[in-house]
Amino acid sequence: MSDAIRVRDLVKTYPGRPAVEAVRGIALDVRVGECFGLLGPNGAGKTTTLEILEGLTDPTAGEVEVLGRTWRRDPAGIRERIGISLQETRLADKLTVRETVTLFRSFYADGLDPDAAIALVTLQEKARAHVVKLSGGQRQRLAVACALVGDPELLFLDEPTTGLDPQSRRQLWDVINDYKSRGRTVMLTTHYMDEAERLCDRVAIVDHGTVIASGTPAELILQIGGEHIIDFTLDRPGPPADALHALPTVRTVRADPPRDGVHGYSLSVAEPHRALPALLALLQSSAAQLAGLTTRTATLEDVFVTLTGHGLRDAEGTAS
Amino acid sequence: MTAKYSAITQLTLARLREFYREPAAVFWVYGFPLLLALGLGIAFRDRPVESIPIDVATDGPAGYYKAEEYAVLLRADPRLKLTLLDGAAAKERLRTGKTGLVLTPTAAAPGWEFLIDPNRPDSVLAQSAADSTLLRAANPALAAAATVESNEVGGRYIDFLLPGLIGANLMGGGLFGVGFNIVDMRVRKLLKRFLATPMSRRDFLLSLLISRLLFTVVEIAILLAAARLFFDVSVRGNWFALGGLVVLGGAAFAGIGLLVASRARTIETVSGLMNMVMLPMYVTSGVFFPADRFPDAVQPVLQALPLTALNAGLRAVINDGGSWSALGYPAVILTAWGVGCFALALRVFRWQ
Repeated sequence: MSDAIRVRDLVKTYPGRPAVEAVRGIALDVRVGECFGLLGPNGAGKTTTLEILEGLTDPTAGEVEVLGRTWRRDPAGIRERIGISLQETRLADKLTVRETVTLFRSFYADGLDPDAAIALVTLQEKARAHVVKLSGGQRQRLAVACALVGDPELLFLDEPTTGLDPQSRRQLWDVINDYKSRGRTVMLTTHYMDEAERLCDRVAIVDHGTVIASGTPAELILQIGGEHIIDFTLDRPGPPADALHALPTVRTVRADPPRDGVHGYSLSVAEPHRALPALLALLQSSAAQLAGLTTRTATLEDVFVTLTGHGLRDAEGTAS
Repeated sequence: MTAKYSAITQLTLARLREFYREPAAVFWVYGFPLLLALGLGIAFRDRPVESIPIDVATDGPAGYYKAEEYAVLLRADPRLKLTLLDGAAAKERLRTGKTGLVLTPTAAAPGWEFLIDPNRPDSVLAQSAADSTLLRAANPALAAAATVESNEVGGRYIDFLLPGLIGANLMGGGLFGVGFNIVDMRVRKLLKRFLATPMSRRDFLLSLLISRLLFTVVEIAILLAAARLFFDVSVRGNWFALGGLVVLGGAAFAGIGLLVASRARTIETVSGLMNMVMLPMYVTSGVFFPADRFPDAVQPVLQALPLTALNAGLRAVINDGGSWSALGYPAVILTAWGVGCFALALRVFRWQ
């Protein structure tokens, strides 16, 4: 399979005092026909990376190939073949859905009939409605229709479902899955791990401008050593990490900073039925009282926290 | 490819639709200049001089009876409106503009003296009217010369004002229509979104220019029709020359608007910049009064301003019946501004 996107040693530094290193040496390969997700907290460098791939920002250094072309040699060829949806573009309020999509269609030499693009995002009933009358989810679907109307081989979506209600998010996921099922390539950014797990064949986790892990969601979860997570909270500091590590099948131990006198711990374990009795026995012999305990399947969120030591949304990391 | 998907047509259509679907914008572009023209036209309509107030001081050195005598003589001119009162009160009335002249009877020849405000035309007029009436009364042999009245269309204030308003509208429309819209699209990240498509930048800028000219033609037609209807102002010169001037002026100001908006990131910045460009020209470029009222030293600067040149051209065609030959100076100035600003704007333009 050939690559739709190939990135090597990508660096983007914004001049200033101090200079901001938004992207610090990212490498990526996105294959034709897959949905690839860039995951990470706000400010991790996801949007900067995406905008470089979209030709909107020049990289400071590194190589970028999109659909076998480079932005320096064939910008028109790339633009004709990609569709994009930016974060927070405000389309003209007083144009109708059909007028907006037709406007975008007019920029491309080849593409879909505007009504066909509207049908792809199931906005037919709103075709004659002004943009100002649309809900947030409908606007986002309109933005995707504008990205699809040029019949692109590659679709870029920057935080496509941020701020949407659950139903709107699911509708948009359907649109993206439909597009992908026609053999096309999607690259998206998100900070929702469930979205990445639902949509993406492969993901790259980005933090502070570098890729800290990449692979299929299942691979990444296996990489942290267990598919199961045991979360428990105590009323005072519990057993030392070494003791927790020594429990059967425990792979990683994470202690959260104490909050309101509650001490939280997360263990990733391969076999909860062996780890759990041993954990309870250990806690019984300590002075700490158990305040809460849950077990669950590991998610990409756990991968992120394990790798970076901080949460996705409470990240202090403002790399850009 | 079908014409249905021509980018320049679609971009222009989008601008037109966004405009006429926004009633407030329609009012500011079409209604406001019309109201301004009507208001100013009515306020400054030319009226015959109805009455000239003159005060005669009753406590002058020559006394009360002399004052009454002069009052009788002055009433021979029906335009003069006489008031007899003491000198201090009369002086106060002159200061506050209630009278134009204070006449004080004196003992020395010729028997009276005037107190005027030399900066007020009505005061100077009152002095000369009183002077000639009194001289005629003293010398009845001096007959009044025959007088023919003339108030030709083309010489009134509204005739002067209308071309100035058209010029000011072309300036405001060009700057706001282009500048404001560009910055609005930049703020909404729409420019950036367009940039990510194969859209040609030339098509985009041309569509702004075309939609601007379409709005302008309608706007000027409305102004000219209203001026014709209410004030009997008509275009005396060549209509095609007028059309050429309007297109040239509109394009020049669109170029300036593009430059003003080329780097501004917020609506506030661009509004401030546009006012900085426009306000001086409103005052100095002969919209409401002739630009040559300003000192000779600054005339070379004023004459090089685009609005001064445009107004001069519009007046030459509308009021003085000029044709293509009248457009040399405006055409050179406007083309220089338009081409210069457009070229510079393209160099420094911030698409994102």
